[in-house]
Amino acid sequence: MNELTKLTAKDFATDQEVRWCPGCGDYAVLKAVQRTMPELGAKPENTVFISGIGCSSRFPYYMETYGFHTIHGRAPAIATGVKLANPDLDVWIITGDGDALSIGGNHTMHVLRRNLDCQILLFNNEIYGLTKGQYSPTSRAGTRSPSTPYGSVDRPANPCAFALGSGARFVARGIDVSKHLPDVLKAAYAHKGAAFVEIYQNCIVYNDDVFAPFTAKENAGKQLWLKTGEPMLFDGGAKGIALDVETLSLRVVDVTDGDWQSAGVLVHNPQNKALAQMLVEMPSDIFPVALGVIFDSPAPTFESAVVEQNKAAAAGKAPNLQALVSKGQSWQVEKEPRAE
Amino acid sequence: MATATHIVTPEESEPHGPLEAVVVRFAGDSGDGMQLTGGQFTLSTALAGNDLATFPDFPAEIRAPQGTTFGVSAFQINFGSSAIETAGDAPDVLVAMNPAALKVNVASLKPGGLIIADEGEFGARNLAKAGYDANPLDDGSLAKWQLIKFNISQLTLDAVKPFGLGNKEALRCKNMWTLGLALWMFDRDRGPIEDWLKTKFAKAPELAEANIAALNAGHAFGETAEIGGPLKQHHIDPAPAEPGLYRTITGAESISLGLVAGTQLAGLKMFFGGYPITPASAILHHLSRLKEYDVTTFQAEDEIAAIASAIGASFAGSLGVTSSSGPGIALKGEAMGLAIMTELPLVIVNSQRGGPSTGLPTKTEQSDLYQAVYGRNGDAPMPVISARSPADAFDCAIEAVRIAVQYMTPVMLLTDGYIANAAEPWKVPDMGGYAPFPVTFHDERPAEGEQVLAYKRDDKRARVWIKPGSEGLMHRIGGIEKNVKTGHIDYNPDNHQAMTDMRAAKVMGVADTIPDQDVTLGEAGSKLAVVGWGSTFGPIHQAVRRARKQGLDVSHVHIRHIWPLPKNLGELLATYDRIIIPEMNNGQLKTLLRDQYLVDAKPVLKVSGQPFMIAEIEAAIDEALNA
Ligand code: SF4
Repeated sequence: MNELTKLTAKDFATDQEVRWCPGCGDYAVLKAVQRTMPELGAKPENTVFISGIGCSSRFPYYMETYGFHTIHGRAPAIATGVKLANPDLDVWIITGDGDALSIGGNHTMHVLRRNLDCQILLFNNEIYGLTKGQYSPTSRAGTRSPSTPYGSVDRPANPCAFALGSGARFVARGIDVSKHLPDVLKAAYAHKGAAFVEIYQNCIVYNDDVFAPFTAKENAGKQLWLKTGEPMLFDGGAKGIALDVETLSLRVVDVTDGDWQSAGVLVHNPQNKALAQMLVEMPSDIFPVALGVIFDSPAPTFESAVVEQNKAAAAGKAPNLQALVSKGQSWQVEKEPRAE
Repeated sequence: MATATHIVTPEESEPHGPLEAVVVRFAGDSGDGMQLTGGQFTLSTALAGNDLATFPDFPAEIRAPQGTTFGVSAFQINFGSSAIETAGDAPDVLVAMNPAALKVNVASLKPGGLIIADEGEFGARNLAKAGYDANPLDDGSLAKWQLIKFNISQLTLDAVKPFGLGNKEALRCKNMWTLGLALWMFDRDRGPIEDWLKTKFAKAPELAEANIAALNAGHAFGETAEIGGPLKQHHIDPAPAEPGLYRTITGAESISLGLVAGTQLAGLKMFFGGYPITPASAILHHLSRLKEYDVTTFQAEDEIAAIASAIGASFAGSLGVTSSSGPGIALKGEAMGLAIMTELPLVIVNSQRGGPSTGLPTKTEQSDLYQAVYGRNGDAPMPVISARSPADAFDCAIEAVRIAVQYMTPVMLLTDGYIANAAEPWKVPDMGGYAPFPVTFHDERPAEGEQVLAYKRDDKRARVWIKPGSEGLMHRIGGIEKNVKTGHIDYNPDNHQAMTDMRAAKVMGVADTIPDQDVTLGEAGSKLAVVGWGSTFGPIHQAVRRARKQGLDVSHVHIRHIWPLPKNLGELLATYDRIIIPEMNNGQLKTLLRDQYLVDAKPVLKVSGQPFMIAEIEAAIDEALNA
């Protein structure tokens, strides 16, 4: 164990040259993950990073763990096979908005629904970076891109709402450069089951500052960092989130002198799914962006159920190939009938 | 029989095939239980020691409207006292449970053949549904056949009356009544069927009793009814076969068992990722019951996830297996490329069906050969093996596993709808006779300061297989081209050339460990070779056998290893004056062989969703020799 505590971020870095554009948000996420791994007590040899296709999907090449850079959208399916074949492995899925919600939407839905024990880091930059800037399923309506020169007309997907709708038992949000990201990663790792983390990641080349309205320093007041058992305060504590019981929806309330109780500010309970749904769908006007662990309510995992069922089904049956091939109604041919 | 244990008998020298063989076709509405009847008749035939081959022929619709021609389900069995390799060309006996079944099937009945019809179903409504203006049982239109008709429906109702079933349930016993009659006709023991019914209806003993009563009534009817004429009892002697233990087996079962045996011989766990598709689903069903053999089955969300999860499992150190049929295999194409690129073992079973697109889901075809050999982006070589019969599929599956793990490559195993569903007797193999091929995972940590070389190769050019979880051997793989030495991403032109060559050479190297191509029947240097692959084995073999008995200079060459081809195949083909290739496609093996060996092979094509008849191949032989 002592040996483990000695591991540092460096032990999780490969000698490969990192090839993202200078200034890309991916660097910050990589650093945060490498820094967090030793704190988790993760063993490099027991850790597998699995990605699909896209800028973020190069991630596994930079982690000194086992890694599999797969094909577009399919990382959750590959990860399912890895985890079922060896449930002892720590499986991390690295994906993007296009990878997870467009070409791989189906697999994302099912890995969440099944509740495979893994961490899913969705790098949301609201754009297709690797293919040079086309709009993505999370791009806001009106996004001008090489494929939508007059602006996109379809409405974007909301990754966390998608995850909740798919039956995810852990949903969290982070920001690439935020100092809170390691805490979010730790919570995701601690959650047994599929842990879905949307990370707002700045693509400096094709979609620079798209998240600035809440990520820029001067806009930090638009960030609502959720903490279990604590009031939902933002804007330096001047504002909070309350429930409008008439309309069953959230509203922003002013908090004076820290008296959030009388302002009716809600206390965060990550086990409350209805609340989680409202938090991830807060409109961007006067509302803040909900960040941190939004929903965390563990349930039995897929791979443990499979292992248990396999064990139960095999119990008391000794494998015997000869018996297996001889099964069913058989008959003995004693001798060649025409030999005499 | 495809077990290759058969000894040629004098009867087989008859130009028109074995005398003591009968083809029976049971045909009825999808709801009439014809597949069950056929399956149980097959079992009793096997237990009587006859050789046999079957052909289940059922509609794509699950519950087609009752009484319609497209709702007809049929089961054909050919059995006899000598080697049987096809389900038979034309039936000798047709059991028609309703007008639609008669309409769809009567044309193929041999002239003079016997029709047994359930008169009770030939009412005005059913006649109209089948498109008959007049009742064919009465209007003389069936004159060239022998016809016996009786009211099977009523006779069944009478037989099961004591059990107090509802009318619908009582009528469901019709198939057992018919089976009882068939068992009487061919002098068969009813015991095993009774046992089967008792097990099947263990939870509803009254249904078991009713069905047994129907079975006995059908049998008694044959024995006592004085209708005389064509309804006679036949006795067919057991077929000569090597002594040993036998059972019947379908292709889907034997592939499942072969995959289990292969992974056990390799010392691995199996992970099977599948998605339901006709006619491949049966493999998923079989394997999902074999947990004690370290088999994990996973019904994925789609075909892509099925193969992707299998690739993930292979990466983690299990043997990944996936299975599908043409349309599903198309969806798996990109992932196959990933397995080729990352050099992970994987077995992909393709139960071919009529295509393209949805095509003919329940009919058979062998039109995915191009897809198997060529159907991926990039230069993506992959070994391909094809099974010739249900029994042969067992060894093919083991061979697919061996190649996959010894060469670190995906392997495609081709079978088809006919093989998947058809049953034949199988001499139970002695598992002790199969040499294990245990996998050794690479677990040697590199020396201090040295890198893990995940693309280090052995003398077969297979890269090392490292299980995640192994300390000090962390490495990354992926679909992007990798450096030939270090395994790191490398886009250099020379490197891509080297890796492309390496992948091709590795797969071609498989030819070093597969048997030379044999002449299945006949010899090298004949005037004509009939070259086949897959499930055309039966009709080709019988046709060539008959032609040879007539003194024709013709041989049969049947190819199991489609890619790479056996090393001596080119030389062997060059010894024949003429070559024909019967295929249930538009000439795909023909193209491959012409391309590889510049031989003037001529196609013999059939793409109707139905297997070849022996007579069709005999005609092609005559034509080729006379051309
Ligand atoms: S294109 Fe955008 S997302 Fe991709 S590496 Fe460059 S900055 Fe990062």
